[in-house]
Amino acid sequence: MMRFLLLFSRQGRLRLQKWYTAISEREKKKIIREMTTMVLARQPRTCNFLQWKDLKIVYKRYASLYFCLGVEHEENELLALEIIHRYVELLDKYFGNVCELDIIFNFEKAYFILDEFLMGGEIQETSKQIVNRAIESSDMLQETMEEYMSKPAF
Amino acid sequence: MSPSVPLQEMIRAIRSARTQCEERGVIQRECAAIRAQFRQTDNGGRSHNLAKLLYVHMLGYPAHFGQMECVRMIASPRYSEKRVGYLGAMMLLDEKQDASLLITNSIKNDLSHSNQYVQSLALCTLACMGSAEMCRDLAPEIDRLLRSSNSYIKKKAALCAVHIVRKVHDLGELFVPSARSLLSEKNHGVLHGAVVLITELCERSPETLERFRKTVPDLVQIMKGLVISGYSPDHDVAGVSDPFLQVRILRLLRILGRNNEAASDAMNDLLAQVATNTDSTKTVGNAVLYETVLTVLDIKSESGLRVLAVNILGRFLLNNDRNIRYIAMTSLQKIVSTDHNAVQRHRGTIVDCLKDQDASVKRRALELSLALVSASNIRSMMKELLIFLSSCPPELRAQAASGIFNAAERYAPSKRWHIDTILHVLTTAGGDVRDETVPNLIQLITNTSELHCYTVHKLYRALLTDISQQPLVQVACWCIGEYGDLLLKGECQETEAVQVTEDDVLDALEIVLQSHMSTPTTRGFALTATMKLSTRITDNVDRIRSIVSIYGSCIDVELQQRAVEYNALFKKYDHMRAAVLERMPVIQKNSLGQTNGELSEEPMKESQPGKVKQEETALPPQPAGQVVDLLDLLGGSQEPLQPGSSVGGSASTQLTAAPTSAGGDLLDLLGGFEPTPLAPAPTVTVYEKNGVTLTLSCEQQSESGLTVTLTASNSTDSDISGFTLQAAVPKSVQLQMRAPSRDSLPAHGGAKLTQLVVLNNPNKVNLKMRIRVSYTCQGSVVQDMVQVDSFPGL
Repeated sequence: MMRFLLLFSRQGRLRLQKWYTAISEREKKKIIREMTTMVLARQPRTCNFLQWKDLKIVYKRYASLYFCLGVEHEENELLALEIIHRYVELLDKYFGNVCELDIIFNFEKAYFILDEFLMGGEIQETSKQIVNRAIESSDMLQETMEEYMSKPAF
Repeated sequence: MSPSVPLQEMIRAIRSARTQCEERGVIQRECAAIRAQFRQTDNGGRSHNLAKLLYVHMLGYPAHFGQMECVRMIASPRYSEKRVGYLGAMMLLDEKQDASLLITNSIKNDLSHSNQYVQSLALCTLACMGSAEMCRDLAPEIDRLLRSSNSYIKKKAALCAVHIVRKVHDLGELFVPSARSLLSEKNHGVLHGAVVLITELCERSPETLERFRKTVPDLVQIMKGLVISGYSPDHDVAGVSDPFLQVRILRLLRILGRNNEAASDAMNDLLAQVATNTDSTKTVGNAVLYETVLTVLDIKSESGLRVLAVNILGRFLLNNDRNIRYIAMTSLQKIVSTDHNAVQRHRGTIVDCLKDQDASVKRRALELSLALVSASNIRSMMKELLIFLSSCPPELRAQAASGIFNAAERYAPSKRWHIDTILHVLTTAGGDVRDETVPNLIQLITNTSELHCYTVHKLYRALLTDISQQPLVQVACWCIGEYGDLLLKGECQETEAVQVTEDDVLDALEIVLQSHMSTPTTRGFALTATMKLSTRITDNVDRIRSIVSIYGSCIDVELQQRAVEYNALFKKYDHMRAAVLERMPVIQKNSLGQTNGELSEEPMKESQPGKVKQEETALPPQPAGQVVDLLDLLGGSQEPLQPGSSVGGSASTQLTAAPTSAGGDLLDLLGGFEPTPLAPAPTVTVYEKNGVTLTLSCEQQSESGLTVTLTASNSTDSDISGFTLQAAVPKSVQLQMRAPSRDSLPAHGGAKLTQLVVLNNPNKVNLKMRIRVSYTCQGSVVQDMVQVDSFPGL
């Protein structure tokens, strides 16, 4: 299973963090620091896989953002790269030519998309179209519900 | 999508802050505003406030005061609020927080909500941060949802079930029937979830694994469908149909086929098909191939398939993509012990990867190369490894050096090659080798007596070039001290002759002594080497004397002690200097251990510490078994006897057992006593038979203490081996047998054997001793007994 997914910029600023195991805040901060240092120190044309403690770290750089996935020992690293790529494609479809600013200003949308694609550390849906349709429907629901419900019904 | 304007304004404000301090100020103001908003019961912008708080949390600022707000928002009927509330719960409320239990009820309600998107929120949150308590409460709900007709919900419920099984292992049983039935779904999302769930259940419990083995044909069917079917726009990724599902199914097949012939047979064809049909030009195809290879190598596959798998890995090794090379080497590492020959075929490529730029690839290549070293390829492999060592990243040096040493030790084709290799490693990576390398190398050098000249020349030259690598300098100093005469002779068969004068050698050693790079240990080596040279050179003895006396007042205590002792050797015991500083004997392999360090410090004339150590461990078990015999045979005083026991050996004890025939001179080296002229002790022959003579002499040490020396010699024509003495004395007398000086007697009285026996007779009884002699001569074991009733000199 995947343990965590981190997105950070070239300067080391965190843009998204998703944790699939229960860890304390301190531990999370420590891991984030270590990941950013390790990944940002890598040379441009090197291997995308690293060994860190008992996890495999798979990272890929897209423009100014680093996508860093921490997976367990039995996971297929090449497939992890594909997972990262699929997520980027989903973001791209949603935001239309996604860039870092989109993810900064609409971070909650990025999370919603992620939650339609991955769940509990595993892939939830393997079809791009189904994920996109689900996001669109949820957004639609949000808007109509807002219009429809002028007062809270308890 | 309606952008959350207040949220975006805040983000803009934070980003425009120019310093950390300014940013903190903005955030503090915003947080205060958010807190105020939370206290208000109802307003339209609740979701925006929580979203703002979550952004602040992501920047690293504390946000715990938002936890209760999350709980409230989850309970709200508005979808927008629920959405953000659940997001907040996943970010702020992990199972360690107490507030997480409060949302259990909301989740339960939302799981039965009429709208599937609300249900999905609840399922997602449960799968992400559900604690064991929550899982136990909600498991029946999840099971019900697994049977719903909505595939959107089913797939999420499956992954939720996976999380539940991970948290509470016992609940796995609950999901087995539903998991089984989900395999017949057509929807890929549900199928994927089902495969993940079954994998998890099988990994947790072997009985479940047995039950699910029956699904192998179904899985094979599904895979075949994916591989052969035409283009499906929904799931296609670069020509491969749903690679995510394929990989997952392959993993499950691996688990089901492991250690099971029948299951492995059922999947053989399929694996062969996937291996040959998958397009390997893109990463996706390679991901599927990789998983296939892992599966083939792990199950009981037929040999043809295995060969196919290793060949795929070989192809991966030649791929331009570094990632693929990396995973190929990782997989080869796993099978190098079982399929050694298959991996050997790719040795060339692997060795090439040692030169790769990437540190991860280098590490894998190093591990694999070391595993592939064998007697046939040792020379070429070592060349490559040594080149690698000179350019490898620092974190890999220690591993490389120790790997090279191990390989060299196991497969060295010749002694000279071995020594050369170790020297090479010491010059390139001397700082990263382990401590026992120095004694190991010294032992190796002493054992190859024919190469002493060559070795000392090489080391001298290495010393001249660089004195910063401590292990190298230590070995070099030791060798120069030992074999300095060979160095000065100038000629050498193996390397070209170079004229070295005594002054050059002493200069070199002095540089080491004075350099600030030398550690105290190294200095000690250099000082001792200088001292040893005093017997091997002729002209500059005075220079050595002056060097040594300077260090008599050195701050370092170890050096000072040595210098003082060596000074004493010059002044008072000059007659013994030659004997003391003689060539060292060949060091036995077993004697490596603590005594090794002391060996180089205390040159002893006839020292066989290794043999003695073995002797001492061998002796104690013997007397116990034969005590009974001696008991029966001891007539006279009818006292139960004291079996002789040997004392454990340390160098100092060794000295006391050292041939006392050489006089007490050697004892003085340690303490600096005044030499006492030893009056020859009266000896009496107690046993003489078949050419073996045993004489006894004794000396009164104190009121009740007595030292008895037994000396044995052999005047026959054949050697005697395994010579041991055992002694028994009356009960009230305490007996202690020291280690014998040797255990064999060469023919024609070539050498004598001496053993010391220390007695303590507090009651002053009449002293008797029964001695049993046993030895092997010409293949036959001889045992004999003699009783001593009177002791000379008493």
